[in-house]
Parts: sequence; structure tokens; C-alpha cells
Amino acid sequence: MNHPTCLRYVHVQMSACIVFSRQNILGLLVAWATLLFLGTPNLATAQTNRDQLSGKLVITGASTLAPLISEIGKRFERLQANVRVDVQTGGSSRGVADVRQGLADIGMVSRAMKDDEKDLPAFPVARDGVGIILHKENPVQALSDEQVIAIYTGKTTNWKVVGGKDATITVVNKAEGRSTLEVFLHYFKLMSMDVKAQVVIGDNEQGVKTVAGNRNAIGYVSIGTAEYDESQGVPIRLLPTGGVAASTETVRNGTFPISRPLHLITRTPPVGLTKAFIDYAQSKAVHDIITQQYFVPLAD
Amino acid sequence: MAESMKKRLNMCEGLAFVLVWGTAALVTATFCWLLGDLVWHGLSHVSWTFLTAPPENAGRRGGIGPILVSTALILGVCLAVALPIGIGTAVLLAEFTSDHSLFGRVTRRSLDVLAGVPSIVFGLFGNAFFCKTLGLGFSILSGGLTLACMVLPILIRSTEEGFRAVPTSYRLSAAALGLSRTTTLIHLVLPAAVPGLLVGLVLGVGRAIAETAALIFTSGYVDRMPESLLDSGRALSIHIFDLSMNVSGGDANAYASALVLVVLLLVINSTVSRLTAYGLQRKIMTV
Amino acid sequence: MTSSRSNTLFLWPTDRLLLWLLRGLAAIAGLIVVLIVAFLIVEALPALHHVGVLRFFTDPSWHPAEGFYNLTPMLWGTLFAMAGSVLIATPLGILSAVFCRYYAPLPLARPYRRLIELLAGIPSVVYGFWGLVVLVPLIGELHPPGPSLLAGILILTIMILPTIALMADASLANVPQQYIRGAAALGLPRWATIRGVVLPAAKSGLFTGVILETGRAIGETMAILMVCGNVVQTPSGIFDPIRTLTANIALEMAYALGDHRAALFVSGLVLMAMIVTLVVSAEWISRGRIYG
Repeated sequence: MNHPTCLRYVHVQMSACIVFSRQNILGLLVAWATLLFLGTPNLATAQTNRDQLSGKLVITGASTLAPLISEIGKRFERLQANVRVDVQTGGSSRGVADVRQGLADIGMVSRAMKDDEKDLPAFPVARDGVGIILHKENPVQALSDEQVIAIYTGKTTNWKVVGGKDATITVVNKAEGRSTLEVFLHYFKLMSMDVKAQVVIGDNEQGVKTVAGNRNAIGYVSIGTAEYDESQGVPIRLLPTGGVAASTETVRNGTFPISRPLHLITRTPPVGLTKAFIDYAQSKAVHDIITQQYFVPLAD
Repeated sequence: MAESMKKRLNMCEGLAFVLVWGTAALVTATFCWLLGDLVWHGLSHVSWTFLTAPPENAGRRGGIGPILVSTALILGVCLAVALPIGIGTAVLLAEFTSDHSLFGRVTRRSLDVLAGVPSIVFGLFGNAFFCKTLGLGFSILSGGLTLACMVLPILIRSTEEGFRAVPTSYRLSAAALGLSRTTTLIHLVLPAAVPGLLVGLVLGVGRAIAETAALIFTSGYVDRMPESLLDSGRALSIHIFDLSMNVSGGDANAYASALVLVVLLLVINSTVSRLTAYGLQRKIMTV
Repeated sequence: MTSSRSNTLFLWPTDRLLLWLLRGLAAIAGLIVVLIVAFLIVEALPALHHVGVLRFFTDPSWHPAEGFYNLTPMLWGTLFAMAGSVLIATPLGILSAVFCRYYAPLPLARPYRRLIELLAGIPSVVYGFWGLVVLVPLIGELHPPGPSLLAGILILTIMILPTIALMADASLANVPQQYIRGAAALGLPRWATIRGVVLPAAKSGLFTGVILETGRAIGETMAILMVCGNVVQTPSGIFDPIRTLTANIALEMAYALGDHRAALFVSGLVLMAMIVTLVVSAEWISRGRIYG
């Protein structure tokens, strides 16, 4: 927000304030909003450069990607003072649908593109590994792929069988359609009907909190999230898969077997502002943001 | 015989006493536990900077300034739309419609049905209707209007109960004095119906300010300071949801935001009841 | 309030104006109901068309990716969670309103009411979060896995309690003072007055409160999604995880496409049908006895 707009805004708020102040709480609210506004430091330090882009980009889609793209958008706005990047969430399929209908300029998709979506230009911006997590107090240090399959299909129901304590396993699975579920099932060659779960979850954090609250649970979540939470003392532990330790590092160098790409998509090959933004989101300049949001930048 | 009945009665009284106090204690304890949890985890992060600064690093750092403004604007739009429609409908239902008429029954029942529609359906509806059909896009306006649809049933039904509770003798006396029903309504019935209205308002504001699912699809996710009602703005509850469920490491600020929301609600609720009490007093004194 | 209709045969011009204004406002309210139902039906139509109504109740399971669309376990889940929470919350809510009005000393009554008002406005995600990190592990210690019907019922109870408590409180406040004084003059003790005089006089408000809390219990999404475990199965005990229809919509909408998406809207329709059934049966049961 540049200065003139800011002043006008305050002015409008002030006059609204005077009108309302005698009537009802609305006035109080507005006055309070004004106060907050005055107390807010100016957001953008605009550099006035003539050949700049301007306009508004609407980006919708996967909630996983939203915080990341939101942050990239903010930095992009700082570089291009006349650009507004509006990031909305609602899920990968919403991203695809909105881009197809022209409601959004760019869609965010947190999975590989499906066959009937191949016509949409897709631009990978980052990767996200999917790792198996256990409660920290669970003595099991590693599980073979066969053991994981046995646990998830309900053939193994006690930790004793795989070298743990005598306790019933709580299998935590993801809800139908989630991309982490899809890559997980794909790696272990399972059908979602075969999975016998005790808990079904939506978001990664819900998975982490569920496993952290249950000593006998097994789940799988985004590695970045799990790695961060583990470092913050949340009682969970990432298990290696296929003999490879689960970490953002192994995802980055491509040795970790389960991961998903995070895409930006458009309806037609991007031009102008859209292209500038996608180029920026794929550039090295945002790698620090990607790491900061616990995703893995693409190797170059 | 009388002695034993008295004894039984006394026992009943004693039992009820224990039960009522027990319930109150249980409710208070549960809620203190919940609120205590919020205060415990959130208080250390709340500061003036937190209230005014924009969020940074997806909300893990920085504050909630723009989000508070968006929340206030969304709530403002919601109430500005829902209050007139809600009170109007409630008056029509309670004062001008017979309880047994088809119109009254159907309206009342459809509102009850509306009250049970899950908020996510409201969100998808708001997205399809306000954002797309009416072309408002992801905006504070769309969000406020969607919320208005959502709080209407609560608002109407509890306001209606308020009107219903006003003794018929008020209306009869006014009619006997030759007052028009509009006058009766404004000067006699409305002030007397305020407690019901207040409950509706408190429940409605509570529901609106707490709403997540309906707003994700309508007012949106953008955490920039809104420049107009047509801008997208993130509501506090969405911020809390995003921080606690989508952003790893956002828990501390999620707690702090939830605490701010609770305090905000406390301020709104007490202001509303203060103002109403004050207005009521003046009304009764001047009429 | 039938008499209010006949208390004046004569309507002033302003009254007519007001009446039309009110009708206009009510029409908007009615329109919203119609619009939402129409929206649900339009969105659900592709699934109803491709899958057929019956298969939503007869398919072997809910696996939309493989083309199975059975909603019945979730219907049961919703029903059980709702019934459990309403059964617990209603007496608690009414008793806590009674406490507020007739038992608590004044300096206690006011903060108590404020407390309940606050609880009405805490976002469901906060309840859910609390349930997930506090309640679910507790239940898990008692009887694994933890996320369960019981957790759902408890969280829902806490969430809907303010609705019934506040509605009950308002309707108790509206009971005419004469009734209570009359009862006192007859020498009736406190609880007898409340049971025999106050509660019957307040039944219309209490009934509305129950309807509203039931609606809230059925429609609640985010909190229930976090604590119920979301496994699609008909529960055989309170420690079994369940999935409600609302959680189903919220969990899968983000990634759903085509028939799957439409099937989620069918969940919404089923939910609505359920509410209609409830409301109509409540109306039938209470016919002539509530709005006396």
C-alpha cells in the first residue's frame, strides 16, 4: 500500500468514525480498526521504477502450498510495487477447476498432474517428501516395506510382531483423494480399499498431533513438517523408508523414494505478469522461502 | 404422611441444589481448563506489536494487525445485513403471524433446517453465489454476506423467542389506548424483547467470529491489510486454523490469536449488553 | 400469541407499511433457504444421475476413488454423535441456566453468564485443537486408539452447551415474575417452583434452544473432524472411531473431482434430509404443546 492510498483510507475511516460514534458499536469497531491501521508500519517499501508490472494475480488451490506461495507473493509484491498477489486456498482440485474456468490466473496443485490434466501447463516449484512417523517412545527403529504393508493392510496388528512392545497398532491414514495418500499408496502398491486404518486424518499437522498423542500410532506425513516438529521437541520420530533416512536432505538429492511435486499451473502458456511470477517462484531467489516453509527446493 | 412428604420434598430440594451447583461447577471447570490452556500458551506472545504488525513467515512470526481489521470488517458486514433481516423476520413471525398458520410453520421449520446446514456447505454456497454469480470475488463483502446467511437462523429464532415472551397484556393495553401496532412494537414490545434479541446477537456474533469453513471459500486467505470491502481478507479464525493445522511451528501464534479472539469477543459481548442496558433505560425513561 | 393477531381489527397505514417491509425482509430470509437447497441439489445432481440414489445406501463401502459410495455408516456416525451430545448438553445447559437465574448469588451469576457467552464464540478449530491434544490422548490411555465417538460426543457437548444454556437463560428470564411470586406465596420451595412452574412456562424457548443446538451438533465440522478418527464404519461402541457426514465433506472436498465431488454434495443433501426429518418429527411430537 502506498502512501496516498493509505492516507485516503485513514481519512475515510476517520469520517466513518465520526458518523458512527454516537450510534453503535460499529463506530467503536471502525475506530479501533483505524487505530490499528495507524499503528501498522507501512507494508511495502515501494521502489519507483518505470518499467514495472502492475495488476492483480489470483492464485487458488492446495492448502499445503498456500503459505509458501503467499510468502513468495509478498516478496514479489515488494519487488513490483503495483502488483497484488492474492493467494486463496481450497484444495488442489479447486486450483485445477478455477484455472480451467478462468477464475484464477494460477492454480496450486500439491500432487503429480493427472492424465486428464496434462493439457494444463504445469510448473514445479518445490518437492515434498512423505515419511512414516512413530511416537518417540516406540522402540521400533525401522520397518521394511513388507512390514509397513502388513501393518497398513491389517495383517499385523501388534507391535510385538515387528519387534516392538506388546501393544495394538493404531494405523493413521490420510483421507481419500489427498495427494500424500496417493503417493504413499503408489509407493507401497496398495489400493485405498485395502488399507485398514483406525484413524483417518486430513492435514499434516493433524497427523503429527495424532501420533504425538498416541504411543502406539503409525502415520505418514510431509517430511518437512515432521522434521521441524521433531526438532521442536514434539514426541515423534521419522522412520527410514527403503533403507534411506527420511530427511529434507535425502528428498533434495533424490535418494528418498516417496515424494510429491508441488506445482503451479495455468490454463494457457503464461505471459506477462503470470509468467513473471511463475519464473520468480521457480528461481533461486525464493529457495530460502521454500526451505523456511519446510519444503524442498528443486535441485538444479 | 405429611411428614414423609415433606421429607421427600426436602430431599428433592437438596438433590436439585447439589445437581445445579454440580453442573455449574462442571461447566466452569471444563471451560476454565480450556480457557486456561489458551491463556497459558498464548499470553506470552500477545503484545502491542503482535496486535498491530502484519504476519511474517506464514504467520509463525509477526502479528495479526491486518487480520484483525479484516475480521472486524467481515463481522461488520455480516451484522449490518443480518440484523435488519433477522429482526424483521422475527417480528413478522412473532407479532404478525399466527403460530398455527402454514406460513409461520414453514418459515420456522426451514430456518431450523438452515441452522443445521454445515458451515462448509455455506462456504461452497457463498463461493458459488456471492463470489461467482454476483461477481464479488474473494472479498470481505462475500465473506460477510455468507456469514449473514449463516447466523440468520440463530438470530431470528432467538429474537422471535424474545418477542414471544413479551406478555400479551402489553399489546392489548396499547391497542386499547389506540396506539398503532408499529408504535406498540417500537416503544413497548421491542424494548421488552431485548433479552431475547441480545442472546441472538451474542450467539450470532459468536458463530460468525468463530467461523472457519465458510470463510475459506469466500473472504479468503490473503493476509494483507484490506483496502476496500472488495479485497480479500483473512479472518482471525482462518488464521488460527491455518497456523494450527497447516503451518508447522505456528502453534504459539495460533494460541495467541485464539486468546485475542476470545478477548475480542468478551469486549464485544460486554459492550453490546452495556449499550443495550443503557439504551433500554433511556427508552423507558423517555416514553 | 394468537391474540396479538386479533387485538386490533384495525391496521394503521404505518402498520401496513411495516407489514410489507417485514414481509420483504422475511422473503429474503426465505430466499436464502431456497437458494442453498437449490445449490446443493444442482451440485449433487451429476452424482445422483450417474450413481443413483439407492447406491448411496447399498454400496459395500465408501471408496469414491474406486466408485463405491455408501453413506450409511456416516449417517449413523452423525446420528450417534448428535444424539449423545444433545442428550448430555440439554440437561447440563438447562441446569446451568437455572443455576444462573435461581441459585447463583448475583456476583457469581453475571460472570458465569459471560463465561458461557464466551464459549459460544470460540472457534471450532480451537475446540478441535484442544480435543486433539488434550482429550483424545486421555481417551487413548483409557481405551486405544483415542479418536472416537466418545471424543466427538464430548467435544460436541462442550460446543453446543452455550447455545442451549443461553437460550434457556433467556427464556427463564422471560417467565413472568408473578408466577414465581405466586409459587412462593404458596410456600413452594425453590426446586419445586422451578420444576412445576418455571420450566413449563419457559418450554417454548427451551424447545427452540434444543432445536438450535441439535442443528449446531449436526452441522459442526472442524472440531469433529479432528477428534473423531474419521474412519468410515458403523460404530459398535463409544470407543470406535467414526466419520460424520460433515467431516466427510470437509476432509475430501479439497481434492475431490467429478462424481466424487458431487457425491460429497449428496452427503450435504442427506444431512439436510436428516435435519428435515428431525425437525418435522419434533414438530409432530410437540404439536400444540409448545406454543400454547
